[in-house]
This record gives sequence, C-alpha cells and structure tokens, in this order.
Amino acid sequence: MSLLRIDNVTKSFGGLTAVSNVSFEVEKGEIVGLIGPNGAGKTTLFNVINGFYKPTRGSIIFKNENVSGKKTHKLCKRGMARTFQVVKPLQRLSVLDNVIASAYVRENTHKKAQKVAMEVLEFTNLAGDAHVISKGLPLGKRKRLEIARALATKPDLLLLDESFAGLNPSELNESIEIVRKIKEDGITILIIEHHMKIIMSISDRVVVLSYGEKIAHGTPTEIGTDSTVIEAYLGVAHEGGAHA
Amino acid sequence: MDIKKYLPYITLAVLVLFPIVVKNDYYTHLMILVLMWVVIGSAWNLIAGYTGQVSFGDAAFFGTGAYTAGLMVTKLGWSPWWGLLFGGFMAVLIAMPFGWICFRLRGAYFALATLALNEIMRHIATIWESLTDGMVGILIMQDFVSKLPYYYIALALAVTTIVVIKIVMGSKWGYYFLSIREDQDAAESLGIDTHHYKMWSLAIAAWLTGVAGALYMNYMGFIDPHVVFSLHDISIMAILVGIVGGVGTHYGPAVGAFVMVAVQELFRTGGFGIVMKLAKASESEFIIDMAQVITKAHVMGFGILVVLSILYLPNGFVGDWDKILRFLRLKRPNNMDNNDIDNIGEAKP
Repeated sequence: MSLLRIDNVTKSFGGLTAVSNVSFEVEKGEIVGLIGPNGAGKTTLFNVINGFYKPTRGSIIFKNENVSGKKTHKLCKRGMARTFQVVKPLQRLSVLDNVIASAYVRENTHKKAQKVAMEVLEFTNLAGDAHVISKGLPLGKRKRLEIARALATKPDLLLLDESFAGLNPSELNESIEIVRKIKEDGITILIIEHHMKIIMSISDRVVVLSYGEKIAHGTPTEIGTDSTVIEAYLGVAHEGGAHA
Repeated sequence: MDIKKYLPYITLAVLVLFPIVVKNDYYTHLMILVLMWVVIGSAWNLIAGYTGQVSFGDAAFFGTGAYTAGLMVTKLGWSPWWGLLFGGFMAVLIAMPFGWICFRLRGAYFALATLALNEIMRHIATIWESLTDGMVGILIMQDFVSKLPYYYIALALAVTTIVVIKIVMGSKWGYYFLSIREDQDAAESLGIDTHHYKMWSLAIAAWLTGVAGALYMNYMGFIDPHVVFSLHDISIMAILVGIVGGVGTHYGPAVGAFVMVAVQELFRTGGFGIVMKLAKASESEFIIDMAQVITKAHVMGFGILVVLSILYLPNGFVGDWDKILRFLRLKRPNNMDNNDIDNIGEAKP
C-alpha cells in the first residue's frame, strides 16, 4: 500500500484552477520528484497535501486514511513534515532553539527535545552553528535549517519545496548528500525542484506538472525523453526548422 | 559582567525596602501604580510581544477583573479580596470565547477585534445598570488606611507575574509562542496547533490582567466604566508600557511601567509643580496660560514619547540598552552589539 496517494485532486481559486485532476502515488521509502515550469501548481499541490488548503475536489490519502481538509499540525503529528520554498526560520531564535521548537512535537521535556535537536543538527551539518541566531545564517544553511526543523518532527513523509534553489555548488553537494542520507533512514521524500540534473539523479520517479495538470509520470530516464515534457519546458518545435 | 544576573534580585530588595525607607504616601502610591503596570504590561508582553498577537483591548480584562471584585461586595456582600481569585477567572471566561472566534484573524485584524472587545465590555458595563449601576460606578470601603498592605500585595503580584512568565517562556509553551510569533504557517507545519496555543497565551495574559484589575478595585475603592474600561488610560497605556520598555524582552515591561508612570506623573503635575511656579514667577498672563495648557496635555506627551521611542529605541529601554549606553558614551561601540538586538525574545531557559 502506498504511503501517500493523491487522488484526482483539483484546487481552484475562484475561476483559476491551479491544480487540475492530479493523481499519483508515493511509495514508502522512495524519492519522488515533482517538476514543472513556473506556475505549474507544484507549491499549491504541496499546500493541499499538507493541509494549508482543502482540495476543491479529490482526496489525499496518507497512511491509508483520507486526510483532505485535516489541519496542518495534525498531519505533522501523523508524520508529514514540509519545508518552505521561501525559508521561514524563527528569525530571532538560535538555530538550536529553532530545532528544539519542532522537536517538542514528539518530546515532552526540554532535555529530550534538545537531544533530538542536537542529533538532527549533527545530521544536517549544522551543529557548529547551533548557537547562531538564525537570521544571520547564509541562505545555504538556512535551507538546511528548514530541513533540520522538518526532520526534528520525526516524519515518515518529508515534503521538500525547492530546498536546493539558490545554493552554490559546494552547498548543493552537501544538501544532496543529506537528502540521500534521509532516504537511507527510511524517510519517504516528495521533492519540488527546478535543478534538473539533481532531480534526475536523486529521484526514483518523477511527476511532471504543467498548467496544473499532470502531463507525465515515470522514471527520470523516461521523463528525460518524453516529448510532452520537452514541449512544456521548451515550447513546440516549428515544423521545417527555425533557420533564418 | 555578573551585575546583569543579580540586577533583578537587587531591584527586588530595593522594592521590598522602598516604602519602609521612603515613608511617603505619595511615592508609595506611585510605586503601587508602577507595580500594577508591571503586571499588566508583562501580561500584554506575553500575548503581543512573545506570541505576536497585538492586543488593543487589555482594558476588557482589566475592567472585568475590577468589576468582579466590586460586584462581589455590592451584590454578594463578600470581601473584595476574593476578586483577586475570581477577577482573573472571569477575565479568562471573557477571553476564551473571544479568542476562539477571533484568533482566526491575523495581525492588524486581530488587533482591531481586541479594540472592539474593549468597547463592547465598556458599553455592557455602562448599559447594564441593574448589575453594574452604569455610569454611577461602584464605590467600596477600602480595607486598609495605610498604603503598605496594598504595596506589598502589588509587589507580590508583580513578582508572581514575572516568575510565571519566565517559567512559561522557558517551557515548551514558550517555544511554541515564539514560533507562532515568527511565522504562523511554519509553526503549523511543524505540528503546532497555533489556534490552541494562542488561546493559552491569551488566557494567561487575561488572567494576570484581571487580577491587576481586582487589585485596582481594592486599592482605589472606586471604579466606573470610563475608568477601568478606558481605551487610552488602560489599553493604550499597556501597549506603551510594553513598547517603551521593550517588546518581547523579559524585564522590558517592568522598566516600561516605571518610565511610563513617571512620565505620566511628570506631565500631569507639570514637572511636580515646577512649571506652574516658574510661569507664575514670570508674571506674564500668556506664559501662565501656556503652562496650564502644557500641564493638561499629558496625553500628548505620551504620544511624543512613543514617537521618539519608536524612532530611536525601537526595541525599548531594555532591548536597546546598549544603544543608550553608547549614546551616553558609557560604553565603547563594539561589533557584538548587533547581536544584542537580535537576542530579543530568545527562549533560553
């Protein structure tokens, strides 16, 4: 049985349909990439999955339970965590305190929460910055802090919204390594990413959205050669070529 | 420097000895007001400074507490001191349904709702004459002639408030309140039931403010709707205490309470009568008139102070303490100072 099933989900805002009739499944232990041109509805779909929006039609099945319309914090307790495309750390708190705040979801005492937080910071290579105020962190570390905070809630499913955007090459390698390690720990990942090379290398399967609809679905190699996907990204090729 | 660590204890010792040493009813009265404002300001700071839900309606809870204490005497014939217990409780009873409905609103919209609550409570107290005697108000006999008992009760209340908030902010709740302040969406997605915890924060704040209101009834012996449900004398004053002292700092409201009561008194009495004396000494009709206007314009003085505070000390006296020292050339500038500003609201237990 799949961990997450998106079942004919439609989300419209007034007359605008941001996500239209999208269905796919995420199996336990895999990394699924969610790609598509800007405005394709990827983040909206994330917001529907983690309960910020209620789907207009269709349902989200998480751990064999229909969770559409359930509150975000309840979904988190059931094991779904997410990061944000625009990083949202608790700015005026230290890195450690940021992670402690989310570790409290599963732990009741400060000591235990701090222990979990330190473990997660080690895991995400942020232990050295534990006492830095998070406002002052460079972007690469702030993106990792987002991941750390999500991990501290001990999720089964992790939704990563562009955790690699804007990183320099060395930060990229570090983050990719962390995502791989997360997978090894048995956490399922659904990831939105624009970086094609990365998404193709780490994903087990890829789902492609365009204008709110799912246009393709398959392994990275299948997607890379799919003509509808190439069209969505690069436009339709003119017949007879475009030589001037 | 260890002096910062011991400063709260030194201050407490000074406050305990104050009325014994000073033995002046007027200054004791002012200090009772300061201590009462420490309670209200700290409570406001919990909901607005730490949890980020700015309230313009603290008077709703303050007045509820005061009226509870008053009505215990006029309707039940009990001692008004029961108000210290039930006043806070009644304020929470008002706060809970209000919070349950209005915490769906965010930012300025929530602030406007608190403003409405303030006005609704004032109107209820004015119109429901069979219960509250409306504009006539409630007059009770004070239990003590001396101000000392009131002073020590107010001091105990202020200390309790500061300790309670310190404990809360060092716990899981503290982390949750700060998470909600920093980003509600992020807090939700990290498993925090933001609606639920905002209600808790408001409940604690309302309880403390209600108890302060009950103390006010006991101490002053007279209340009417325009005094205890006053928007500018209570609700706005609570905000000023918070802003001037330092929003989201632990001891900010305590410092703010002292500064604001002092400023209020300074304006109200025209620099303790000095302005009027000087004006009269000049024997000019015009200057005497002007002096009279100035002494009556203490509310405007508040406004100017807040504008100055926001312009030059956006983090309040406590939050910008290093800035003040630097301005007075008592401390050499160093690079660490930027971090001091950032440290505000840090939930270190």
